[in-house]
Amino acid sequence: MNGALEPIVHHINFWVYVILMMIGLYAMIAKRNLMKKLIGMGIFQSAVILFYVSISVKEDADIPIISHDHSHGAEVQHVDTDKIENPLPHVLMLTAIVVGVATLGVGLAIVQKIHRDYGTIEEHELLAKIRAEEDGELKSVTAGGDG
Amino acid sequence: MADQYPILILLFPLFAAVCVALAGTKSDRFCLPITLVGLGGSLLFAILTQGQAVANGPVEYFLGGWDTSDGKPLGIGIQYIVDPINGLVLVLIPLIGLITAIFSADRISEETNDKVALFYSLYLLMLTGLMGMAITADAFNLYVLLEVSSLTGYALVAMGTHRRAAPAAFNYVIMGTIGATFYLLGVGYLYLKTGSLNMGDIKEILVEKNLHGSQAVNVAFIMILVGVLVKMAFFPLHAWLPNAYCFGPSTTACVVAPLVTKVSVYIMVRMMLSVFGIEYVYSLPWADTVVWLAVVGIIGGSVMALSEPDLKRMLTWLIVAEVGYMVGGAWLVNEKGMIGTVYHVISDAAMTSCLFLAVTILISKSGSSKIESLTGAFQKYPLTMTAFLVGAFSMIGIPPTAGFFSKYYLIRGGLEAGHYAYVIALLISSLVNAIVFFRIIEVAFFGKLSDDDHGHHDHHEPVAQDEAPWFKLAPLVFMAICVVAVGLYNAELAELIGRGLEQIGGWR
Repeated sequence: MNGALEPIVHHINFWVYVILMMIGLYAMIAKRNLMKKLIGMGIFQSAVILFYVSISVKEDADIPIISHDHSHGAEVQHVDTDKIENPLPHVLMLTAIVVGVATLGVGLAIVQKIHRDYGTIEEHELLAKIRAEEDGELKSVTAGGDG
Repeated sequence: MADQYPILILLFPLFAAVCVALAGTKSDRFCLPITLVGLGGSLLFAILTQGQAVANGPVEYFLGGWDTSDGKPLGIGIQYIVDPINGLVLVLIPLIGLITAIFSADRISEETNDKVALFYSLYLLMLTGLMGMAITADAFNLYVLLEVSSLTGYALVAMGTHRRAAPAAFNYVIMGTIGATFYLLGVGYLYLKTGSLNMGDIKEILVEKNLHGSQAVNVAFIMILVGVLVKMAFFPLHAWLPNAYCFGPSTTACVVAPLVTKVSVYIMVRMMLSVFGIEYVYSLPWADTVVWLAVVGIIGGSVMALSEPDLKRMLTWLIVAEVGYMVGGAWLVNEKGMIGTVYHVISDAAMTSCLFLAVTILISKSGSSKIESLTGAFQKYPLTMTAFLVGAFSMIGIPPTAGFFSKYYLIRGGLEAGHYAYVIALLISSLVNAIVFFRIIEVAFFGKLSDDDHGHHDHHEPVAQDEAPWFKLAPLVFMAICVVAVGLYNAELAELIGRGLEQIGGWR
């Protein structure tokens, strides 16, 4: 493969994760629905997880499980690291997935609380209600001061 | 036993958190004592470890003994390091946690809809996460602990009974997750280039393989920096902070405000000095830009504080300005600035804690957080207001309080670097702090009591004192003493910080 597409094809994993990440970031910033923001957050985190998993790949490499040859005793034979995918990023991402799930859980619980308190999960409606409340507080304060 | 101290700092609050949650299923009575034991144990071992670190240099600890095999270093496993600088942070965290837990013993159930056990459990977990962030020498472990402290922090804010606690917490979740994920991405790039997650190893490999010019390392550094800047509410990225601190339970604000931003600043210093190395950081062409951003942050935070009629909200804007101080100090190209930054981490934690405790008492007494409601507060709560005054003087930077000396080092650093805009921003901010606090002092000291008290005034009857109970006053007075003590022992502290900086890769 050569020509203009080369930088894209050789680093396809980077392109994919950056595009996914930007989709997530866009959703977190621009979407008005709080649930959609959380979905964006999930995409954002998953993009980074995909990035980590993709960097452990090697050409013609096998899964990172060392097979013991029992006929020659329990000695571990020489391991050719070029032929084995790097297991560490996978392991790290197990933790990151758990963290992502927990974050999503906290986020969903908070959205539920917002819905219970304000009866909406649309950001502009929520902001309008908050503003109306603030104005109400200000009015009651000034009214109290006058009285 | 002595070699196990570093891990005990974390294990005490971690197990206490589990115990509190279990005990809470039976009765809420045991929650506070268990919390105090957990934090007390943590504080004890933090002090002991810091003693070792000051006496013999950094204390290293490998989790699970994954350090050597047959005498050869393995280079795997999670490492914890306590050096004189993060030792200070490690002492600070359980201390403020302990103080705040005692202080708010009677408010928890009312502020959290009776979820006392859950609150204490999250409280301990958050402090565990913060201490872990300070102690760990593993870049990925730092991410996990960062998320431990953030997730519990979101929940602690959202538990508040104020209607706006949940929307504030939601913004905090979104911003916090963006920050943490950027950090994770940066660590990924760093791992890609160096093949290691241990901070010390990364630093060696970066030098050995001459990777300082690498684009990937630059990207990694920027990602990590953006991540921690979001976490510490650096000025353009600060939007989550004021609401989260104002509408959450007051206990959350009292513990989160002094600690979370400061620990994030410490993480930035750690990343600059002991991961990427000082030569790399100061060779960056945009180091000056960060100081300019800090200048904008300082001025922005101060202006917002000036225009804020609400007492607690005003303090949160001052925190944003203080973060600007610390980031700017770290990015000046010299030792004085860095000493000032670390010094300010400590003095700002002490004075923010002092001010938030005092303000919490004042708000609960007067029932309003408006500045005007403080009229005559000096006569009513002399001790509370005196402690408030100590914190305020420290914010302004009046000797012998802590704030004066940390600002002194920052300004000297700024002058040495020739960055006069930063120095001027610091002075303007001090001036604004003076205006803001003297406005409060004027109302509280000289303010006329309102009409319904008029009869009393004609007869010059003294206003009855109405101080808070002892378990609120004692922590407050203790913090006020800390603010002064951090200032009085400035020479020793600065010397210790200088020595610590040398040990984690600063100037020699």
